[in-house]
Amino acid sequence: MNLTMVQRILGLMLMIFSLTMLPPIAVSFIYGDGHYQPFIDAFLIVLGLGLVLWLPVRRVRRDLRLRDGFLVVALFWFTLGLAGATPLLITDLPELSFTDAVFESVSGFSTTGATVIVGLDSLPKSILFYRQQIQWFGGMGIIVLAVALLPVLGIGGMSLYKAETPGPVKDQKLTPRITQTAKALWAVYALMTAACVTAYYLAGMSLFDAFAHAFSTMSTAGYSPYDASLGHFDSAAIDAVATFFMFISGASFALHFTVLRARDPRLYWREPEFLAYFWLIATIIAGATLYLWLHGEYDTLTQSLRYASFQVVSLHTGTGYTTAGFADWPGALPALLLLLTFIGGCAGSTTGGMKVIRWLLVFRQGLAELKRLVHPSAEIPVKLAGRSVPSHVIMGVAGFFAIYFVVFGVMMLLLMTFGLDQVTAWSAVASSLNNVGPGLGEVAAHFRDIPEPAKWVCIIAMLAGRLEIFTLVLLLTPEFWRK
Amino acid sequence: MKIIILGAGQVGRTAAYQLSREQANSVTVVDTNDEILRDLQDRLDIRTVVGNAAHPTILEAAGGEDADMIVALTNSDEVNMMACQVAHTLFGTPTKIARIRAADYSLRHRLFEQGGLHVDVMISPEQLVTEHVSRLIRYPGALQVLDFADGRVRLIAMRALTGGQLVGHELRELRDHIPQRDARVAAIYRQGRSIQPEGDTVIEEGDEVFFVAARDDIRAMMKELRTEEDPVKRVIIAGAGNIGFRLARSLEEHNQVKLIERNPTRARKAAETLNRTLVLTGDAADEELLLEENIDDADVFVSLTNAEEANILSAMLAKRLGAHRAMALINRPAYAELMEGGTIDVAISPQTITISALLAYVRRGDVVRVHSLRRGAAEAIEAIVHGDSRSSPVVGRPVEKIGLPPGTTIGAVVRGNDVIMAHHDTVIEADDHVILFLTDRRHVEAVGKLFQAGARAG
Repeated sequence: MNLTMVQRILGLMLMIFSLTMLPPIAVSFIYGDGHYQPFIDAFLIVLGLGLVLWLPVRRVRRDLRLRDGFLVVALFWFTLGLAGATPLLITDLPELSFTDAVFESVSGFSTTGATVIVGLDSLPKSILFYRQQIQWFGGMGIIVLAVALLPVLGIGGMSLYKAETPGPVKDQKLTPRITQTAKALWAVYALMTAACVTAYYLAGMSLFDAFAHAFSTMSTAGYSPYDASLGHFDSAAIDAVATFFMFISGASFALHFTVLRARDPRLYWREPEFLAYFWLIATIIAGATLYLWLHGEYDTLTQSLRYASFQVVSLHTGTGYTTAGFADWPGALPALLLLLTFIGGCAGSTTGGMKVIRWLLVFRQGLAELKRLVHPSAEIPVKLAGRSVPSHVIMGVAGFFAIYFVVFGVMMLLLMTFGLDQVTAWSAVASSLNNVGPGLGEVAAHFRDIPEPAKWVCIIAMLAGRLEIFTLVLLLTPEFWRK
Repeated sequence: MKIIILGAGQVGRTAAYQLSREQANSVTVVDTNDEILRDLQDRLDIRTVVGNAAHPTILEAAGGEDADMIVALTNSDEVNMMACQVAHTLFGTPTKIARIRAADYSLRHRLFEQGGLHVDVMISPEQLVTEHVSRLIRYPGALQVLDFADGRVRLIAMRALTGGQLVGHELRELRDHIPQRDARVAAIYRQGRSIQPEGDTVIEEGDEVFFVAARDDIRAMMKELRTEEDPVKRVIIAGAGNIGFRLARSLEEHNQVKLIERNPTRARKAAETLNRTLVLTGDAADEELLLEENIDDADVFVSLTNAEEANILSAMLAKRLGAHRAMALINRPAYAELMEGGTIDVAISPQTITISALLAYVRRGDVVRVHSLRRGAAEAIEAIVHGDSRSSPVVGRPVEKIGLPPGTTIGAVVRGNDVIMAHHDTVIEADDHVILFLTDRRHVEAVGKLFQAGARAG
């Protein structure tokens, strides 16, 4: 373990992060809300903190080992959660406790989008913008951004990248150099965000709302500057734009990059994970639409389709926007939608959850086991796109499932210990761990009213979910710290 | 430069390591073994692609469309040649380098001429290693002998020992010692650390000295650093594989060569092809056999089998039994470092030798030759100077006025047919071949820029 190097990188990253306090200051001046002081203070505090960490070890030059990578990423996400909370803590609009400020910050960075603030509509624009912006940085991964910006990370960058990027198969680099790959991903992300802003604007949002929502759509986080979320607009056009871009963000950005580079949209159809993602969503939308319509929840089939498709994509990708109160939908729908969040989007997307590819692999492995019961001596490889998947990948996925559900169970029991009822507890953990946002029961709209310790459990769950469990759980194992 | 390396064997891996260390390069490695690639990608900042290196789809996936260079280093000559051909036909890749082992291919020059196979550069590691070893044998006492300007200038590495006339003296006395001859000390390593050679630097016993000299001046300079040794007569080679066999063939004219090979069929085959070499079937680590063959009389014992551990052990044994000098072929850099200067006199690293041959094609500026030294930490370069005094920061300036990065020395200048040893007041002209020594290869890019500046304008 090379702690001085870890410290140096943390310091550097904090200094870079402090720069993200500047756009809200600009917003504050543009809209004249007079609420720039908290951001100036936060900027100075975070920059100073970074300097304090960096200065004593600035000359340390050593290669990052794999272990250091995990440590840097985990530590940085914790520090980020705290640093990101600074302006929220300083400001008195809204008045937040320490726990709430950290919750709000972590929820944004981890692209969960669960809020503890009620009465958003009356807050200053700068604060609202800041909330939206942190989601955007968290979406593609602030560490991926750091890798793109800091060539010093060099080879160590790969281990950082691997610890932060979601998905079981992380060896696929788009370009030979990790910094180029990181840049390419951010470029695609920024480009698509620009497209999303334009689309929202054309659909009738103000420029501020368009930016704010594009940030939380592309990162599949789900904060909105309005208490009523996207339901505030009650516009079919806006719903459609949101649905489309949430769906896009649930697909792999590496795949988007490949398609853009080759200028060949057909490449989407050659990617088994994308196909599975597409058909899964299509099927569930169809089912939900029919169910809602037959149940008479909405008057027309078109209306059922509008709300069903929006809500299914929003939950599946872990965005968590709401237009209709899906928690009050009839029958199995609310539970089904929340269960969907366990699947999540594709690996390499900005979504939470366990990712389509893992379910696909486990499902196919299950089928293979069934086949083996009939033909005990058959060789049955699990294939993806016509190529057999190495068994270590499948074992890795199986291990991931096991740990994911153990973590889920433990956290749910913890929440129940802190006095939450069953429905609230399981949906709160599902929502946090899968980086969704809304849950059922007491947490259907916001997390303000749950007890303080329960909020901390959710904070940990959100971070664990964003880092795909392993990175965080790893730090708790003695194996990791053994020399 | 975008480089695709085909084959992640010993040489392929080292090439990937060396090339990806340079920020300007982006490297993709192709191999059929998924596990090796995974391991490689964990350690290096490269991209990897699994598959057959000659298949167009795989080359495409590896970025063949816009690659600047393709280096085919798989263990199959045929795959290497085919991959170059595919890259040329489908993607028009500018530089195609292939490792070709079989002399049957490499000696048929017409195969690679216009209309034939599109391989721009052939690399035969066995041939390179053989030449390397035979140069070492020609200069007893040398640790490295590296050619520049077609062998007219050489860089020699050797350990200073008592008995050398310059040992214990300041470097500036060299001129008085050998007035008609000239050589320039490019670098000195003392206990593994480099010290900048200045006029008042005193050479100590045990120093590893790198000097540059014209071919004819080498022996005189070597005498300065250790007592002169007799030319090598008796050589014992262990292993009649590709390298051992070639070495025996190149040495048998002028030396007394014994070749030990364990495999009887291979020994028999070697004996049939070689004329004056004595081929022995047996184990090179067999004490009895070595004693019987007068190991204590051998000037050089060199073990060149495929198994590096066996090479190390048999060389150690030979040395203890009285061989004058023992050399061993060692792939792993860590082993080489352990061994060299200890019981074994010279560790021969096939990768470093092969990589050196590759590096010249990757460098910016007009670099004709690169030798990787000290397991890749240092480098010697031959670069051609272009441009004029306005476009180039080098032309028309004396050596001392050139802004060289720290640890870099200009050793010699080859101007037309003349070899000039560089002194502080030697003025560089256009079209000179300049031979530089870099103790820290991280400055390679800075040096490349110095020489590229003129090349672009010229």
